[in-house]
Amino acid sequence: MWFQLTEEERMIQKTARDFARKDLAAVVEEANENGIFQDEIYKKLGELGFLGMTVPEKYGGVDFGYFCLILALEEISRVCASTAVVLSVQNSLVNGILMKSGSEELRAKYLPRLVTGEILGAYALTESEAGSDVAAIRTSAARKGDEYILNGTKIFISTGDKAGVIFVIARTDPDDRSGGLSAFLVEPGFPGFSIGKTEHKMGLNASTTVELVFEDCRVPAGNMVGEEGKGMRIAFEGLDGGRIGIGAQSLGIAQAALDEAVLFARERKQFNTRILDFQSTRWKIADMAMNIDAARLLVYRAAKLRDQGLPCPKEAAMAKLFASQTANRAVYDSMQIHGGVGYTKEFRIERLFRDARVMEIYEGTSEIQRLVISRKIIKEYEQMFPA
Amino acid sequence: MKIIVLLKRVPDTETKILINQEGTGIKEDGIKYVINPYDEYAIEEGLKLKEKLGGDSKVTVVCMGVEEATENIRTALAMGVDDAVHIVDPALEKAGPFSAAAVLAKVIGEEGFDIIFCGKQAVDDDMAQVQSILGEFLDIPQVNIVSVFELAEDGKKALLSRRIEGGDERMETSLPVIISCDKGLNEPRYASLPGIMKAKKKEIRRKNLADLGFDEVPGKGRSRILKWLPLSKGGECRMIVAEEKADAVRELVQLLREESKVI
Repeated sequence: MWFQLTEEERMIQKTARDFARKDLAAVVEEANENGIFQDEIYKKLGELGFLGMTVPEKYGGVDFGYFCLILALEEISRVCASTAVVLSVQNSLVNGILMKSGSEELRAKYLPRLVTGEILGAYALTESEAGSDVAAIRTSAARKGDEYILNGTKIFISTGDKAGVIFVIARTDPDDRSGGLSAFLVEPGFPGFSIGKTEHKMGLNASTTVELVFEDCRVPAGNMVGEEGKGMRIAFEGLDGGRIGIGAQSLGIAQAALDEAVLFARERKQFNTRILDFQSTRWKIADMAMNIDAARLLVYRAAKLRDQGLPCPKEAAMAKLFASQTANRAVYDSMQIHGGVGYTKEFRIERLFRDARVMEIYEGTSEIQRLVISRKIIKEYEQMFPA
Repeated sequence: MKIIVLLKRVPDTETKILINQEGTGIKEDGIKYVINPYDEYAIEEGLKLKEKLGGDSKVTVVCMGVEEATENIRTALAMGVDDAVHIVDPALEKAGPFSAAAVLAKVIGEEGFDIIFCGKQAVDDDMAQVQSILGEFLDIPQVNIVSVFELAEDGKKALLSRRIEGGDERMETSLPVIISCDKGLNEPRYASLPGIMKAKKKEIRRKNLADLGFDEVPGKGRSRILKWLPLSKGGECRMIVAEEKADAVRELVQLLREESKVI
């Protein structure tokens, strides 16, 4: 057990915090208001090493691991949750999966460019009929000589239109529901690939979310990740890391909501008293801070387990679920403390409120997290007390 | 070229400073410590000069400070500084500028130097004296509060600019020289993650007073801080708001008479 960050962890956290408060804060309002994807910010994040935090030096990364990644994600998300989406997808999903399941050839081909930010990564699983139910994926991949031919449409893909490489799950066997899925890395330049419509989202507006269309899209057989038929397992393993990332992103939003609440309540006066001095405000602040700390510990634990190479689907699900709920509760209470002005675009809490909502939806809804947790718990009981 | 950068660990400028009850220092709880912001300009200028010169140029940080200052030194190393000397000795904890300069002069003399960059002042005690005393000890020119620095083509002179009231003062100086850096000189870089990784392997040479050949703190007792006092609180301001001016005046007069009892 440990409750102190190491010198190195504090340094990483400080660089992330300084970058977020200076470079990111300078562009964040306009980027979110007008839906501008900040290419420059990702170049800088790449230069600073934040796009290769789970990648060994051999491929140009810094390999500080998931725990340091979530320290960085929280700081970035505290200023701009949209930026944290790109950072999280790239580090935990794309790079993480390549390191865990990718061939040496694929790693050498993509990782050095991913870690510098020369290209960004995306993760494409969701379809109109398949989200929580992954086994319902219909996008097909048929082997033809040295290639696989992909057909289908993926939706809600973060950074899909900006990515230089996209992790895609497609069906290689129509008869095997869950064992018939395989994973591929697709470049936007592959013939038959195109970008469909762009979603106009409620929040996270400085990140892009698009539809990807595969029409006889030709993917070299060497771009399959892992073995044929192992797509579901590979996708899920990546998701554990992804969920810890969303937990950290939620923490950043929750912390920002608390920051805004305290700073606002200190200035705002009613009945000739700072509203910070009203008990109703103080109770909200205490509850927010307590829940944020509890969420942080859950996120920290999951990340530490992952860094130790231990399986952590339950812990990752708990971290994601609790942190995302905490974020939503925190933005709700913070807006309540703000009162009317909090409902206007003049105040940051309005954006935080919108950004927080999706934390309970993407990378596994809260309901799916509960399913993962309860399944694991029931299994543990069955082992302890066999029927 | 051998480039020396001086570094001091100071309370974060965002931290609210409170004086302790005994008046002997500040309340340390909950205070975060950072590299003195002006020293960050010094680090950046040292690194820029090294990058420009290439070859075997080297940037060495010299820091006199408590044990925990290693974290700040490590940050400088992560920014790209090559190595560091950390002077740490409990006897130096309350050392004034004269003592600090004498110790630094000894270290820097041993290390060798062509140019020394430091902050124009440390934001904790705002003395802004060490660089000048150090310049005297080393018997080299000193230029303070520099906002533009350029090495002359021959590498033997430096061209500098200082922001003064209403304009800039252009100067030229021979090397070696000590330069204290002002805001605006450059934009300090972040400690990048690859930098943080490399910093682990860089050397921090620790020295205490005995290692430097001092029996006691040099210049001990030359200056002494008697007491630290908190700022006296200003009076509270109350706004009188009324729709009609006459009502406001009436209220003011009433307050002055009945509450303040001054009329």
